[in-house]
Amino acid sequence: METPVTPVQVTGTVLTTRRVEAYHALTVVAPGIAERFRPGHFVAVAVGGPQTSMLTRRAFSVHDVKPDYGGTVEFVFTVRGPGTSWLAGRRARDTLDLVGPLGRPFPLPRDPVSCLLVGGEYGSATLFGLADALQQRDCRVDFLLGGASEDRVFGALRARRMGVTTTLTTEDGSLGLRGTVTDALPGVITDTRADVVYACGPMDMLRGVTAVSVEFDIPVQVAVEEAMACGFGMCMTCVLPVIGDDGVTRMVRACVEGPVFRGERVRFDDVGTIPFDALGAPGAPGHSGARHVS
Amino acid sequence: MSVDMRTYLAHVELINPITTAAGCASSGKELAQFFDLNRIGALATHSITMAPRAGRPTPRVAETPSGMLNAIGLQGPGIEAFLERDLPWLSQRSVRTIVSIAGGTVNEYGTLARRLADAPGVTAVEVNLACPNIEDRGRVFARDGAASAEVISSVRALMRYDVPVVAKLSPDVADIVAIARACVDGGADALSMINTPLGMSIDTETLRPSLAAVTGGLSGPAVRPLAVRCVWQVHAALPGVPIIGVGGVLTGRDAFELVLAGACAVGVGTALFHDPYACLRVLRELEELLQARGFQRLADAVGLAHRPPGSVSRHRTDPAPGQGASNMEESPL
Ligand SMILES: Cc1cc2nc3c(=O)[nH]c(=O)nc-3n(C[C@H](O)[C@H](O)[C@H](O)COP(=O)(O)OP(=O)(O)OC[C@H]3O[C@@H](n4cnc5c(N)ncnc54)[C@H](O)[C@@H]3O)c2cc1C
Ligand SMILES: Cc1cc2nc3c(=O)[nH]c(=O)nc-3n(C[C@H](O)[C@H](O)[C@H](O)COP(=O)(O)O)c2cc1C
Ligand code: FES
Repeated sequence: METPVTPVQVTGTVLTTRRVEAYHALTVVAPGIAERFRPGHFVAVAVGGPQTSMLTRRAFSVHDVKPDYGGTVEFVFTVRGPGTSWLAGRRARDTLDLVGPLGRPFPLPRDPVSCLLVGGEYGSATLFGLADALQQRDCRVDFLLGGASEDRVFGALRARRMGVTTTLTTEDGSLGLRGTVTDALPGVITDTRADVVYACGPMDMLRGVTAVSVEFDIPVQVAVEEAMACGFGMCMTCVLPVIGDDGVTRMVRACVEGPVFRGERVRFDDVGTIPFDALGAPGAPGHSGARHVS
Repeated sequence: MSVDMRTYLAHVELINPITTAAGCASSGKELAQFFDLNRIGALATHSITMAPRAGRPTPRVAETPSGMLNAIGLQGPGIEAFLERDLPWLSQRSVRTIVSIAGGTVNEYGTLARRLADAPGVTAVEVNLACPNIEDRGRVFARDGAASAEVISSVRALMRYDVPVVAKLSPDVADIVAIARACVDGGADALSMINTPLGMSIDTETLRPSLAAVTGGLSGPAVRPLAVRCVWQVHAALPGVPIIGVGGVLTGRDAFELVLAGACAVGVGTALFHDPYACLRVLRELEELLQARGFQRLADAVGLAHRPPGSVSRHRTDPAPGQGASNMEESPL
């Protein structure tokens, strides 16, 4: 296991902003974060400026780090609510408050195996740093990227440059195969003789990708997305049911124990619930009577 | 000249008044990645329960204007794991630790106190009373003075005499002073307020409550006026009882406001999610504010807003705050 990295808080200057298809990308000068970065890490970004009424940080996967200006970090995002729409309004030379790098990064194989990297929508963003690291270890890298429509498939060009093969899917058929990455996965695993699958994207996709990988009996590492308030392990909002090495299901924090998990350990069907057999579940033997009104 | 920031929870001295708020810094390990926890007055743990608890289903938070709703449901590993792993980690680093406890019955609180009584490294015990009483059809202890007092006296009786017992009060009550008085009569050495008032938000996309638990506790600057009011009322009625003021503190100014209302220590909660350095920043800003106003000691500012108009400047020369105009009349002047 990797040694955990200590996160830092950085007030960084926005170096560049750009649009990539349906997405926005921000590059921020953040040396302390860039130098500690491992593929799979994310940053937690304060939004709304100094007088903000938005107190919870927003989590974004790190897309790229570069050595310029002592170290830059780029993340890619889609506008969802007020926080991301504020971010979309940032310009070069604005400052941004980031905490990172956060989370457990992707574990890397010791041997030069064949790796299939599966991304849904902006989930692809986290896969390119991973591809780099895998190629440095002489792993074969293939990509399978998808989205609802052509403009929502992130990183197709870069994938084509880096991967031995790149397969694209869209639900409306505007690019590549019509359907989802999960539909295309069995064929791609067979064609690329994948030994390992890495995936990042919406929960439904991760559930599907895990099911297929388990069928093929190959290991699968997934990077999940759960609503977060802090990103560094203090608020306990980002939990999901995950089976531990001892076979016991625990509600674990996606921001510290994750966001990367072994796919078959995540109880996807029970996300959003407390499974009755989870450690400390209500009604479980020895469950404490104590509750909190909130 | 620097300001003397020392403060006291009953007889226990804290090097400064800033603590984390219970449940907002877990058991300290994560926050310690950012700064040395010895630099703050104390670390308050999340509320510890007897058995492990998985907590509530997600979503557990919803952001609201200048605040957030949470329904975590006291997720935690239970007292045994806490005593084995988390408390030793804190005490090895000499972190002043306020252990928060939560139970569903008077007996459960008492059992927790007994387990803590001989554990090294407990600076104070904070009793989270915002829990439903299983033996009273789920009525929340904090809304019932008699039940609160029963819990506090049970904890007080079982806890080591030299460890202060702090009662944590909720603002969702008709008469906070009555509850505070009941807790003090039950043996509370100090009070902490406020816990989160209950709130709710509805997602207008999904047309459903935002939180899986439907309702949740509101925190952040949105609740600060509520905290100021509660601290003010309780300090006015019980001026001798130390109060940890908690609720919506983002800056040193906010902490100063609670101090002026009567708090001798200040808890920082939700602000930590926004800024992991919030405790240190609040401490520095509070010290700067006190210095700029001519205070030599934090203690001189505690409850100062209660003084009648026009008398406020007297703190600079009067070493014994709390003496009113009647003492003046007796003086040889
Ligand atoms: C580990 C991780 C990596 C992520 N990487 C990316 C990325 O690379 N690109 C991208 O566009 N988005 C990413 N997200 C999702 C992103 O965090 C949310 O889209 C964003 O927080 C929404 O903020 P908002 O103010 O626009 O929306 P609102 O819905 O108004 O957000 C309100 C609150 O809910 C939280 N929240 C809402 N949705 C999510 C969510 N899906 N995940 C986490 N918190 C949420 C926010 O933090 C905030 O506290 C990631 C999430 C996680 C957990
Ligand atoms: C995520 C979260 C978890 C909390 N957990 C606890 C808890 O375990 N015990 C407790 O007494 N209070 C708990 N609280 C309440 C805080 O200690 C504090 O009283 C309240 O949030 C108001 O302060 P703030 O506005 O600075 O957050 C929690 C608050 C939040 C936001
Ligand atoms: S986001 Fe706060 S604990 Fe994970």
